[in-house]
Amino acid sequence: MIAPASITAPRLKQPSRLGSFLGHHAVTAVALLALTYLMAPIVMMIVLSFNRTEGRFDYVWRGFSLAAWRHPFAVDGLIDALKVSIAIALVASLLATSIGTAMAYAMVRYRFIGRRALDLVLLLTISTPEVIMGSSLLNLFLDVKIPTGPLTLVLSHVMFDIAFVAIVVKSRLRTFDITLEQAAMDLGARGWRTFRRVTLPIILPSVVTAGLLAFMLSLDDFIITMFVSGQTVTFPLFVWGTARIAMPPQIYVVGTSTFVLLTSLLLGNFLFDQRRVRLREKV
Amino acid sequence: MRSYKFNRLIPYLLVLPGVTWLTILFLVPLLGEVKTSLEEGSILWGISFTWHWQNYLEALTNFDTVFLRSFVYAALATLLTILIGYPLAYFIVFRGGKWKTLLLFPVIVPFLITYLVRTISIEALFADNGPILGWLKAWHLLPQGSFILGTPAAVVFALAYNFLPFAVLPIYVSLDRIDTTLLRAAEDLFAAPLRVFRKVVLPLSLPGVFAGTLLTFIPASGDFVNAMMLGAPQNQMIGNVIQDRYLVTLDYPLASATSLILMICLVICVAVYSRIFGTEELTG
Repeated sequence: MIAPASITAPRLKQPSRLGSFLGHHAVTAVALLALTYLMAPIVMMIVLSFNRTEGRFDYVWRGFSLAAWRHPFAVDGLIDALKVSIAIALVASLLATSIGTAMAYAMVRYRFIGRRALDLVLLLTISTPEVIMGSSLLNLFLDVKIPTGPLTLVLSHVMFDIAFVAIVVKSRLRTFDITLEQAAMDLGARGWRTFRRVTLPIILPSVVTAGLLAFMLSLDDFIITMFVSGQTVTFPLFVWGTARIAMPPQIYVVGTSTFVLLTSLLLGNFLFDQRRVRLREKV
Repeated sequence: MRSYKFNRLIPYLLVLPGVTWLTILFLVPLLGEVKTSLEEGSILWGISFTWHWQNYLEALTNFDTVFLRSFVYAALATLLTILIGYPLAYFIVFRGGKWKTLLLFPVIVPFLITYLVRTISIEALFADNGPILGWLKAWHLLPQGSFILGTPAAVVFALAYNFLPFAVLPIYVSLDRIDTTLLRAAEDLFAAPLRVFRKVVLPLSLPGVFAGTLLTFIPASGDFVNAMMLGAPQNQMIGNVIQDRYLVTLDYPLASATSLILMICLVICVAVYSRIFGTEELTG
């Protein structure tokens, strides 16, 4: 005889109203908390740039003051460090963007020997802790007797930028409609012409994003820079040197300004891309 | 025919600059570090290559607690980023609506301020009389003498903050890729919301979670800035040791051995990861 239990229908579990209500709002609550956590240090930075500081380390609000904004470079050495950082970041990001874009294009559009190995090397460069890269680079420069300074900084920054550029551009090339390239070739355009007239304009926003990312990474780099800078003082090194003796609000002013600048560049690039997508959809 | 041969060369020519750059400035230095780690001596008396593998033994015995501490801090920070980052990514993908792309912006915000200024701002946030502790003390919720700076908690929270975007972005990508018709199908089959999450959403987003774990754990375990700025001397991490040996005491062989041990541990993590999930999630 068949046991009656085996033919009863599975009992449908009614979701409890309270449980799903709590679950729904718990996610929102944690997300909002996370966003607050993400924004808190930025708010702190902006607020402290307007602080009327007393003493060398002042994390307490003493009242509103525009002094630091009016004299952003009143701190000795700050402007020089900033200039050095911007120059190095510009050179490094331009080099890395061209090298990385060429690499991404080859890796997505062609099959060649060593493609998978190259993927692994890219993965390794983004996942190796900076302290290891920095120390091994210093090791190399000491070995071959290249004096550390602006040159070694550019060499090192381009090295860690390449992988990031390649990854950003690769992801755009993957989602790109390859028939557009084929159409251009059918119409008689050679490889280079197709790339310049069809491929490049389409991937340009992501190349710009990659370039901005490389610029930011280079401007921001502290750990590798610390190892290979020699006597050169970049902005992060300046902050580090200063932070041990005093914390002038000017440092927050520079932090806030670069934040505002990078934000507007990034948002501008994003909105421009959105508008192009919308225009293309209309056509 | 010549043009055919040339076409075959194109990909090699395109990757040549990048490959050269990465070989000379990434792979060669790593091998160089292996060589240095087997050397003996000090810069005063001269350093010579003697297959001195005892450096590794010395690094392991001298810094065993520091290694352990680094991995514990990094693991805690990673756990924290996933616990914070997952609901955040989930919220953006499924509740973000048309603001989805724009909501990603606050996620990458930490990247838009200089690492050091960011860490100093966290220091200011946690300062003894800063906004958090200052208010809690003013309302007598905490005793006057309490502090966060100089404790493991400060280091872990700062690490979690600095690497949060690395966790959120891969989780976001994997959640965003989920076909929403699957969720509707599960609902049609009377699955409760929690069950839809457990049986459909979570398994499909696991690759993103693991990618995020790896991308947070690795930089966190090698970091020394957070421990230096927010920790006490007894909170030093292995990055601090490497940095100190390289730039202050100039004990290159021991420093190289130490950083290679760290590298080996992390390469094992990456190898296990890519064995299970492949490299696509990480490099696009």
